[in-house]
Amino acid sequence: MSEISPAEWTAILLSLRVAIVATLVATPFGIALAWLLARRDFWGKSMLDAVVHLPLVLPPVVTGYLLLLTFGRRGLVGGFLADHLGIVFAFRWTGAALACGVMSFPLLVRPMRLSIEAIDRRLEQAAETLGAAPWKVFFTVTLPLALPGVLAGMVLGFAKAIGEFGATITFVSNIPGETQTISSAIYSLIQTPDGDAAAGRLVIVSIALALGALIAAEWFARRATARLHGN
Amino acid sequence: MLRVDIEKQLGEFSLHASFSSEGRVIGLFGASGAGKTSLVNMIAGLLRPDRGTIVIDGETVDDTAAGIHVPAWRRRIGYVFQDARLFPHLDVAQNLDYGRRMNRLPSDPVQHRRIIDLLDIGALLGRRPGRLSGGERQRVALGRALLSKPRLLLLDEPLGALDEGRKLEILPYLVRLRDEANVPMVYVSHDAAELRQLATQIVTLKQGRVTSLGGVKVLT
Repeated sequence: MSEISPAEWTAILLSLRVAIVATLVATPFGIALAWLLARRDFWGKSMLDAVVHLPLVLPPVVTGYLLLLTFGRRGLVGGFLADHLGIVFAFRWTGAALACGVMSFPLLVRPMRLSIEAIDRRLEQAAETLGAAPWKVFFTVTLPLALPGVLAGMVLGFAKAIGEFGATITFVSNIPGETQTISSAIYSLIQTPDGDAAAGRLVIVSIALALGALIAAEWFARRATARLHGN
Repeated sequence: MLRVDIEKQLGEFSLHASFSSEGRVIGLFGASGAGKTSLVNMIAGLLRPDRGTIVIDGETVDDTAAGIHVPAWRRRIGYVFQDARLFPHLDVAQNLDYGRRMNRLPSDPVQHRRIIDLLDIGALLGRRPGRLSGGERQRVALGRALLSKPRLLLLDEPLGALDEGRKLEILPYLVRLRDEANVPMVYVSHDAAELRQLATQIVTLKQGRVTSLGGVKVLT
């Protein structure tokens, strides 16, 4: 197999940029939601839980279409953001990042939630008796103990984001250099005569990225266990 | 020093305790299930009474009629739990320093040195809690509570999780603490012998009620 072409590099780098931005922006929301679901009881909690998991079970094309309706140029939120803040999602790489963020969110939240649930709450009580206000307890005890789970969630979310296809292509189309990620490039290539070699190279790249992410997530999970046992 | 008059319903169990004490070490004595830990959790502010008042050193920290409930983190009460509860992600030195950092107290190397020597934990400073024995863990927990400069120290069966040999190892430290650390204590135990050695005053709790109050001679 020959070298990766500049056009393929463009798709790979765009995928990385989209997935990294999606993961970094989703992480604070993911941590907050994980904490809420792990620690609080409130009205509508199971509803919220279901909504978060919806992108996992909905056809991706439906999620993409809903994003288009909401965040498109004429969408309720999209129109407001474009007119008042100058933020445009439709047919831009930022829209791809939004689609990937939404699609990967359930996978990102889950390890975070599990690691917060696994923390011994009596340690947080001990911190309180030592004079730590609730937000300090969160940042000095809860978050450090949950960190491996937070990182595992980020890695998993990143892996999902980099492979996202259906919602992205529905929402922001397949524009080389702007919204054409590895997945949509492979999709275009296998419909082109003589595109097989290039598609094959991108397939190998995406397998490598996904495998790397899964191995990293596994490693963080093992770190989490060791950390909770104080070794 | 400490005045408690509270009511709390915990499922089927009702706790209704009232006592006041000026003792330097108040021994809270009773069988398991008598409500000792719930009572101590209320003094610490971790549990909220249904009705009543708790006054420490003249400051009302709980008064349900007046709507007062000072949260645990503002009470400046040290708490040593039966299961130590050291922070597993911090080493011993960081555990010891935690209370000072959270309360934004200036560093006090003299007191720091004194407590580390008193408890003989100088050699453990670089270790993680997972690499300590039960007795060592409890000594570090004592040091951690004391270094937050509490105005009252609660000890909830601090020897409860240790075997006989370890208990005898820790007991002298507790006696030294009582005589040298100058912090009033509430010491919870179901072991009369332990309390005879440590307490200056005894509150006996039975099925959620205070049944006697007095010197160590009430432990017959």
